[in-house]
Amino acid sequence: MRRTLQAIPLLLLISMGLFWIISNAPGGALAPYLQNPHITPADIARLKHNLGLDQPLPVQYVHWLARAVRGDFGWSTSNSEPVLQAILQRFPATLELMGASLIVALTVGLSAGIFSAVLPYSVWDYIITGFAFFGQSMPIFWFALMLQLGLAVHGIPLGFGYMIQLPSAGLSNSDTFNLGDRLAHLVLPTIALSFLSLALYSRFMRSSLLEVMNADYIRTASAKGLPFHTVLFKHGLKNALIPVVTVVAISLPTLIAGAVVTETIFAWPGMGRLFINALQQGDIALLMGYLCLVSVLVVFSNLLADVAYAWLDPRVKY
Amino acid sequence: MASIPLGSPNAADLDDTPFTKVTFWRRFRRHRLAVAGLVVLSAMVLGAVFAHQLAALGGFADPNAIDEAHWTGPALPPCFQNASLCAHHLLGSDEVGRDLFARLLFGARISLTLAVTAVLMEISIGTLFGAIAGYYGGWVDYLLMRITDVFLSIPILPLLLVLTGIYTEQHQSKSALNFGVIVFIIGILSWPSVARLVRASFLTLREREFAEAARAVGNGDGRIIFRHLLPNAVAPIVVQATLDVANIIILESTLDFLGFGIQPPTASWGNMLVNAQSNVEQAWWAAVFPGLCILVTTLAINFIGDGLRDALDPNMN
Repeated sequence: MRRTLQAIPLLLLISMGLFWIISNAPGGALAPYLQNPHITPADIARLKHNLGLDQPLPVQYVHWLARAVRGDFGWSTSNSEPVLQAILQRFPATLELMGASLIVALTVGLSAGIFSAVLPYSVWDYIITGFAFFGQSMPIFWFALMLQLGLAVHGIPLGFGYMIQLPSAGLSNSDTFNLGDRLAHLVLPTIALSFLSLALYSRFMRSSLLEVMNADYIRTASAKGLPFHTVLFKHGLKNALIPVVTVVAISLPTLIAGAVVTETIFAWPGMGRLFINALQQGDIALLMGYLCLVSVLVVFSNLLADVAYAWLDPRVKY
Repeated sequence: MASIPLGSPNAADLDDTPFTKVTFWRRFRRHRLAVAGLVVLSAMVLGAVFAHQLAALGGFADPNAIDEAHWTGPALPPCFQNASLCAHHLLGSDEVGRDLFARLLFGARISLTLAVTAVLMEISIGTLFGAIAGYYGGWVDYLLMRITDVFLSIPILPLLLVLTGIYTEQHQSKSALNFGVIVFIIGILSWPSVARLVRASFLTLREREFAEAARAVGNGDGRIIFRHLLPNAVAPIVVQATLDVANIIILESTLDFLGFGIQPPTASWGNMLVNAQSNVEQAWWAAVFPGLCILVTTLAINFIGDGLRDALDPNMN
């Protein structure tokens, strides 16, 4: 409860900082109109007055905040619709991509980490750790390009005349829903986006489980004759997974940033691409709305992780 | 994170001999991949330093020069696909006939110096604020940590893009977006994680006996912080700085790739990939080599960082 209350001033501070940064943009929210020859300086002045842009910055902020808490983030000039509507419309596509990546990263990353920790310093451990290093060092945009080049442009021959060739762009080929088509379009962006998180999770899982498996209570469990898998899954893993919750929450900003890049390269119609478009067209209101919503997402996931941590580990008290 | 096994010794092998330069090197050398990383990175640094001389070997001391003699329209293939061009274009050319090898060398210069300067800035600000927060505690600590909370809650890449976007609009052109501006913006956005790290060390260090002793003999706060406590907090800072060089190389090249970083015709690893994407079917080499440079460099730096972590403090988390 105290943690929840702490999140509110944090969000206020974030929005103030963002508002100050964005207000430095020349022309501000009116930039798109300044270029238009049909709009006279008198019109600009009138618009400025109507939008409250002639008032001091703190006053503008309070007005913006009052509207934002009611879900009104202003008008997106690049999409000609309200900001919130523009973002929420693209949200499902981003959720699909990020959700799929998170599932892949968690299942593959955590099992690789467990495997590494069960057989430490084995060949498999070296291979998995080496792979994790690759994931950590890989620039997502280039990895995405290479996936496109390898699996979408050229295709990989399987022999007997079969080829794996995946679609390289977009959400789907047809207007009607087709599960196979949707999944095929999802494969490459998901691989590109999940690689980094996968590497992080596997490294973290490995060190966390290794640490737990050296603990006294594990030795006690083994000593009283419990079979290895019981010790591993019921005693070891249960405790080793607790800190992983935090890591997953902390890695959310990485995933959001990665989604911006991945969506741009794979022409994925999500929030990230919307953001890049808004950036190119100087759509101030949308940039502000996007950054705020994304920060809210991060703050809440951290909060959720804290609560989950305290619930999973009774030793932790807030 | 506990130490990673690649070439690193078992914990049991690590002795308790006093920490010296010699023991440092002995431990670092045992991490074979870190040594390999150091070799690769040294090669990259040499390539960047002598970019001009190396590029001149192929006749393209100016990385923006177009090879009028050979270029006829499509990108020239690399040496192993067309042996007749070996003397001029080791790795081929891009779609407008500029030598890829020369551009990669000059790109290395940009990427490496930019990342290192940004890290120096990040470390200076982060260490200062982290030390103050950890040493004084109380409301100073509270205030500084809330500021880091703000920074750490906003995903860095979108914020970075907005800042560079605003800067270019203010100056009416993207070419104003030069080296110094990018370093400054990245440095300003990335110090909070360092501040957290330094604060954590200082919270425990300030309670230790030697800090107590330093206070007792009448040292000032500044002297205690910088002469007594900071040297003991250096190990995690060095490791973090090394890893952040790799992270910032990736971050900056992403910025270049999206068109909000170093602007063409200046060659950078990121912006070399912009046109390569649309041309990937005709000239795979123009898309593969710049990215490979980024990957190899960051991989080398990450291995070095891991080796440093093992060598500086085997028990470090």
